[in-house]
Amino acid sequence: MRMKRLAAVAAVAVLALGVAACGSESETPGTPSGESPLVGKATAGTLKFGVKADQPGLGLQTGSTYEGFDVEIAKIIAKGLGGDPAKNTYVTTVSANREPFIQSGQVDIVVATYTINDDRKKKVNFAGPYYTAGQDLLVKTDSTIAGPEGLEGKKVCSVAGSTPAKRIKEQFPKAQLQEFDAYSKCVEALNNGTVDAVTTDDIILAGYAAQSQFAGKFKVVGKPFSSEPYGIGLKLEDKAGCNKINDILKAAVADGSYKAAWDATLGKSGTPAPTLDVSKLSNCPA
Amino acid sequence: MDVFSDPANLQLYIDSFLMILKLTGASSLLALVLGLLLAACRVSPVPVLRAVGAGWVHLFRNTPLTLIILFCFFGLYSAVGVEFSDDIHVNNYWLAVTGLSAYTAAFVCEAIRSGINTVPLGQAEAARALGLTFAQNLRLIILPQAMRSVVAPLGSIVIALTKNATIAGVIGVAEASNAMKTLIEARGDQTIAIFAVFALTFVALLVPVGYGFSALANRLAVRR
Repeated sequence: MRMKRLAAVAAVAVLALGVAACGSESETPGTPSGESPLVGKATAGTLKFGVKADQPGLGLQTGSTYEGFDVEIAKIIAKGLGGDPAKNTYVTTVSANREPFIQSGQVDIVVATYTINDDRKKKVNFAGPYYTAGQDLLVKTDSTIAGPEGLEGKKVCSVAGSTPAKRIKEQFPKAQLQEFDAYSKCVEALNNGTVDAVTTDDIILAGYAAQSQFAGKFKVVGKPFSSEPYGIGLKLEDKAGCNKINDILKAAVADGSYKAAWDATLGKSGTPAPTLDVSKLSNCPA
Repeated sequence: MDVFSDPANLQLYIDSFLMILKLTGASSLLALVLGLLLAACRVSPVPVLRAVGAGWVHLFRNTPLTLIILFCFFGLYSAVGVEFSDDIHVNNYWLAVTGLSAYTAAFVCEAIRSGINTVPLGQAEAARALGLTFAQNLRLIILPQAMRSVVAPLGSIVIALTKNATIAGVIGVAEASNAMKTLIEARGDQTIAIFAVFALTFVALLVPVGYGFSALANRLAVRR
């Protein structure tokens, strides 16, 4: 808890510094040969990945190490770019600072439950999607809530300023929305009965349901009411890198390392590995 | 800047600052009343009351406000069951006001106590010689003079309280810092503009408050 807050403070401080520093940076996007600058960084072992720090199963920081499905994907990418995954540096990103971190070069690649949308595409480039999540509900095992329609008059919890919170306000205004600054507080409030449901992307909820201290207490309702294609964010100029990462993802599906990444992390909640539709890896600009 | 040209975003921004004002208004009134009582306790001749006053000040002045407000939600509401309303938003508002008031009262108490120390001891002794009780002494002789000398520090406390009201966002009160997060999430491309607008709004709100309290302090000061 304390570590997380420290990390958040550090992230904000770094963000502020980054904002101050941008403009003074001398970028060399794309080498003349048309090869992505990521390849050189991978070979040198200096790749920096932005990941979430507070989402079990996806990106969770314990001490100084990060683990989860997003981190496994980052390892696959580093390997595919010709680097050593053990040399990856991970940086905590929160939802609000992902675009600035990519633009200012504080991270090279973001793999952090990063939904692809048109606003963001103006700022960064998205490879993927490597997974398509949907907004869902986490409830107690004995709850009668069977879908978002059942939220009327109920207390539902999400993170302040997040897209899931916004969607509840707009589409299900009869639900009472409790907002915290982190999902872990929502889950705590669900556990002690203060709220009736927690809402965000199903994959994140599955991660919480799989945590050992909550084993058997919660269930994911399983009726997603949105579609959130998770992309891999990188610099807008780096088209070659975008295509390269898509090729890496295709190879990872073919050789089974994508499934292995799932099984080692989110698969532990009992959810079978999704089949990644490689034909949809089409977000790179032509 | 076109993030604020969307009427929904503009409304969010205005509502969030109205919420800051509502939090500050209710909390400053409660904190003033509570702070006066605590100051009275701290200078009272009854040891138990002095201990209560000192205990309150040391506990709340030295605890991070975020923890106090979180405790109001997870402790007072979730665990103990203190519920102000069925409506989650009204309930969170009053939980936040509770936390802000309890915290700010500690500072108000210490400001007033320092004001009491500016009243020459002879006055309290003279009042006691005339047969006034402790309560009469405080109400009629000491506090009227003490309060006039602490207007400026109380102003600083109100300014700090206004900014502290953003911490109510940790339990989901729709105040300025949460509105800022929402806007930044929606328009990540205009982070700096959004940040600047929120920061400058606070400055614009609070600079007049500072001048107001300074002017008031000058007018009310006891000339000795």
